[in-house]
Amino acid sequence: MTTHNDSAALDKKFAQYRADFPILSQIIHGKPLVYLDNGASAQRPLAVIEAEQRYATSMHANVHRGVHTLSQRATDAYEGARERVRAFLNAKSSREIIFTRGTTEAINLVAQSYARPRLGPNDEILITWLEHHANIVPWQMVAAATGAKLVVAPINQAGELDFEAFKSLLSTRTRLVATSHVSNALGSVLPVREIVAAAHAQGVPVLLDGAQAVPHCALDMQELDCDFYVFSGHKLYGPTGIGVLYGRESLLQEMPPWQGGGDMILSVSFQGTTYNELPYKFEAGTPNMSGAVGLAAAIDYVDQIGLADISAFEQDLLAHATQALTAVAGVRIIGTAADKASLVSFVVDGVHPHDLGTILDQDGIAIRTGHHCAMPVMEFFGLPATARASFAFYNTKAEIDQLAAAVANARALFL
Amino acid sequence: MDLKELYRDVILDHNKRPRNFGVLAPPAASARGHNPLCGDQLTIYAKVEDGIIKELKFEGSGCAISVASASLMTEALTGKTLGEADALYTQIHALLTHAELPNSTCTAELGKLAALSGVREFPARVKCASLCWHTLQAALNNPTTSVCTE
Repeated sequence: MTTHNDSAALDKKFAQYRADFPILSQIIHGKPLVYLDNGASAQRPLAVIEAEQRYATSMHANVHRGVHTLSQRATDAYEGARERVRAFLNAKSSREIIFTRGTTEAINLVAQSYARPRLGPNDEILITWLEHHANIVPWQMVAAATGAKLVVAPINQAGELDFEAFKSLLSTRTRLVATSHVSNALGSVLPVREIVAAAHAQGVPVLLDGAQAVPHCALDMQELDCDFYVFSGHKLYGPTGIGVLYGRESLLQEMPPWQGGGDMILSVSFQGTTYNELPYKFEAGTPNMSGAVGLAAAIDYVDQIGLADISAFEQDLLAHATQALTAVAGVRIIGTAADKASLVSFVVDGVHPHDLGTILDQDGIAIRTGHHCAMPVMEFFGLPATARASFAFYNTKAEIDQLAAAVANARALFL
Repeated sequence: MDLKELYRDVILDHNKRPRNFGVLAPPAASARGHNPLCGDQLTIYAKVEDGIIKELKFEGSGCAISVASASLMTEALTGKTLGEADALYTQIHALLTHAELPNSTCTAELGKLAALSGVREFPARVKCASLCWHTLQAALNNPTTSVCTE
């Protein structure tokens, strides 16, 4: 928790970054935009937009193929982005950084290439009740194909993983643990270090879904020691269509390619094909170079602000939002974990989340309403949907006060 | 755009006090409707005798627009022939989607259902209003099925 003085200093520091995001100065329905849907997709700073533009106007050609100047520039830009991601994650080698379309594709890659060939009947994949559909469905597909079983670790009423139950579900049948680092629906931070340690003690590899964690905390793959870590660029102020699979090199080496095509091969004949080295083995076809360059620019931007400060400021916003929304009559916050990222999921007595979303939009306030692609979480709390306000470092306490006032008005409309 | 265009008093009233909320036992026809985007779930029950809708009920949960639309629909169609129900379905569909209303129709004829006209200014909400109507079609034409807005 930050002190009052720290809080004022952080407010001052972070007020300057808002101007870096051109989209935020818009007027929506006659009101200044209050963008509180960062958990779904964050906005891009000018630095990212310009990096993509620079790539398109002076560097673009196909990568890893041509001897001409532009092809070399494009390759340098793309591989430079990979190295930037490696440094950001403190991975040992850039061979451990696979570019994907996003979190979903990265999980599917591990499901199809790591899990599917290895698993059989009686094997188990252990996930948690907090997962979004992207960390449920790929494992259900593997289970259906192999006869393996999907095991789900329970949560408590605060929306925290029941870690004791999780440990008791780890068994000699468990072949893989796949959990989110931060819950997208509730904001709960999972005890990932303890999860990795418990799983590794049984020799079980761990995939962490960092889609909601990467924008909020600094990461170190060597220290975290997980086996796979995945995230999307667009939740980290980067472009859509680019994401990352970090994988421990020894595991990636053993895994077969999951898509065939150009770039993932060394030689092809009709008698057979020699696959390329890591990381190219998992990047069939022309990749999203522009997206990778944009992601690297987003990482530069975030690093220059500093994730430690971002985290402190966002925790301040979270505390403010929790207080402001709790003060509105009829509001109930869903997900009250002790350790939370900067998002608040809530319901309003007598107002369906979908109606709330429409009403807030008329005030220029963008929030997410629905099941957040995490229907089991909603089911756990007996709710069809919630409203979710998710904060980025460019949000302000004044915006949160506007949100709380608009929620109070919405409730008055339905009274 | 004025929110009161969408959330008219009739809508707010039918959301708060839904009419004909409940279940009809078989042999009444029924169908389930689901809008996966917002989680709205409705079941429509229809008792039809000699081509006339004798009783119409619904249950489920959803946003104000979907609940009010279902409530208004059950009021409007109870006692109507299947032909009349079909005609009203077409009119409501046109009302919600901006398409031209059939010549013979003016919103006055729609009575309270005209309150749904505000929805067409909110494209993301059209599915909420139309869910019960599609579900009723399913119940009448293809009982015991379920429909989905996606």
